[in-house]
Amino acid sequence: MSLTTPIYLDYSATTPVDPRVAEKMIPYLTKIFGNPASRSHSFGWAAEKAVEEAREEVARLVNADSREIVWTSGATESNNLAIKGAAHFYSGTKGKHIITVATEHKAVIDPVRELEREGFEATFLNPEPNGLIDIEKFKAAIRPDTVLASVMFVNNEIGVIQDIEAIGNICRENNIIFHVDAAQATGKVEIDLEKLPVDLMSFSAHKTYGPKGIGALYVRRKPRIRIEAQMHGGGHERGMRSGTLPTHQIVGMGEAFRIAREEMKQENERILRLRNRLLQGLVSIDEVYVNGDIEKRVPHNLNISFNFVEGESLIMAVKDIAVSSGSACTSASLEPSYVLRALGRSDELAHSSIRFSIGRFTTEEEIDYTVSLMKNKIGKLRELSPLWEMHLDGVDLSKVEWAAH
Amino acid sequence: MAYSDKVIDHYENPRNVGSLDKSDPNVGTGMVGAPACGDVMKLQIKVNDSGIIEDAKFKTYGCGSAIASSSLVTEWLKGKTLDQAAEIKNSAIAEELALPPVKIHCSVLAEDAIKAAVADLKAKQPMNKETV
Repeated sequence: MSLTTPIYLDYSATTPVDPRVAEKMIPYLTKIFGNPASRSHSFGWAAEKAVEEAREEVARLVNADSREIVWTSGATESNNLAIKGAAHFYSGTKGKHIITVATEHKAVIDPVRELEREGFEATFLNPEPNGLIDIEKFKAAIRPDTVLASVMFVNNEIGVIQDIEAIGNICRENNIIFHVDAAQATGKVEIDLEKLPVDLMSFSAHKTYGPKGIGALYVRRKPRIRIEAQMHGGGHERGMRSGTLPTHQIVGMGEAFRIAREEMKQENERILRLRNRLLQGLVSIDEVYVNGDIEKRVPHNLNISFNFVEGESLIMAVKDIAVSSGSACTSASLEPSYVLRALGRSDELAHSSIRFSIGRFTTEEEIDYTVSLMKNKIGKLRELSPLWEMHLDGVDLSKVEWAAH
Repeated sequence: MAYSDKVIDHYENPRNVGSLDKSDPNVGTGMVGAPACGDVMKLQIKVNDSGIIEDAKFKTYGCGSAIASSSLVTEWLKGKTLDQAAEIKNSAIAEELALPPVKIHCSVLAEDAIKAAVADLKAKQPMNKETV
């Protein structure tokens, strides 16, 4: 098999649509194009049937009732709807305090910041250095007026899996609405919403081999959770989210989640083998640091910092692989990853991190290529690095007085 | 980041990477920047007995344009006197490499590195001091 570059190792950013999913979607663009809300003819009925079958598939992956699934445009919208919708609905009865985590996705952080501007108060918990939340610290953050907590299932940058069951139980005991962003979790970890004490859960299709532009929000029925709509209009999705349903996108998400349910176990075993191969190859390089707990983590993710090389030059050096960097200095600002900063990583290590994310179509050959590329390029950049030279000379860089500029 | 071909060329084939003997009285060393800011440049120059820069070496921790800026100045420095070297302006570096506006600071850092190396050398060679 021949290797084509660049090699895609950014499955946590997005996944390709599985060909089986694409094939299933196509007839819904040209043939079964009806509006699922049309009640008066067969075009509408056929589309509605497809939408409901897909809803059933999404529900099955997470062991929920299909009536608990609300279609949205993606996880960002689901997070906004859940957080603002529940905060607004329940603030009058419970209070105006929200607990979330500093390492959440921006699609959780920003809605919470928006609520702060409206007069809510928020606690952004710092995780432990391994990326996981200390349950005692979570408990300590609870106030009598805490109305909502939002904790992501799987972190997008470092792949760590939070103990959703334990946090959910604490929320139940304290009568706090619990939202979970599961965009990075579907098809990677088992989700059983009959057992998990979660009230609201956000999903995305395009992280699980479905199309972009479609997602869902789980809204628990027993006990019933109420949310205030953020999008007003024709009263679709039982008034929680108005807007004509994109049948083809929904069909794609349903098929993607069906495949995830059926193939998840084998796929995760294969991906774990690849991840371990990558890990073993990369830790043979000196001065590398894995970011986030290596055990409580999805097999798909490996986030590593390479000390004494700078982030942007690292990304330039590895252009044959498509990965994400913890450094945002390719944009105008020199802001390193806020997730890695929250773990207590230094600016330098945060800047020089790379997130490798492995997926359905990654091959062993691609992993081997990546390992040898990284070894070669890290070696070259360190040859060029005065910091590496000082490190080899035994200089403690933290003791040097740098002329900041 | 859309870099010019010249930046890419210097980044991929950096000129004059390495180190000179710091304790050599004919070698001046300039180290500028800070790891937390994302770039550190070490620039070294070596003069011959007539005060002409005959060798220049660099090592840079930084982005592509920081590496390119320091690589470029090592080429420019050779054959110059210390006074000529001190006249190299960041704007000339930025222009030569067609640096985008957000990367102008890399050329500033390279200019600072030259000044620091020249100052270090002059401090070592007091007879040159009056030409500062």
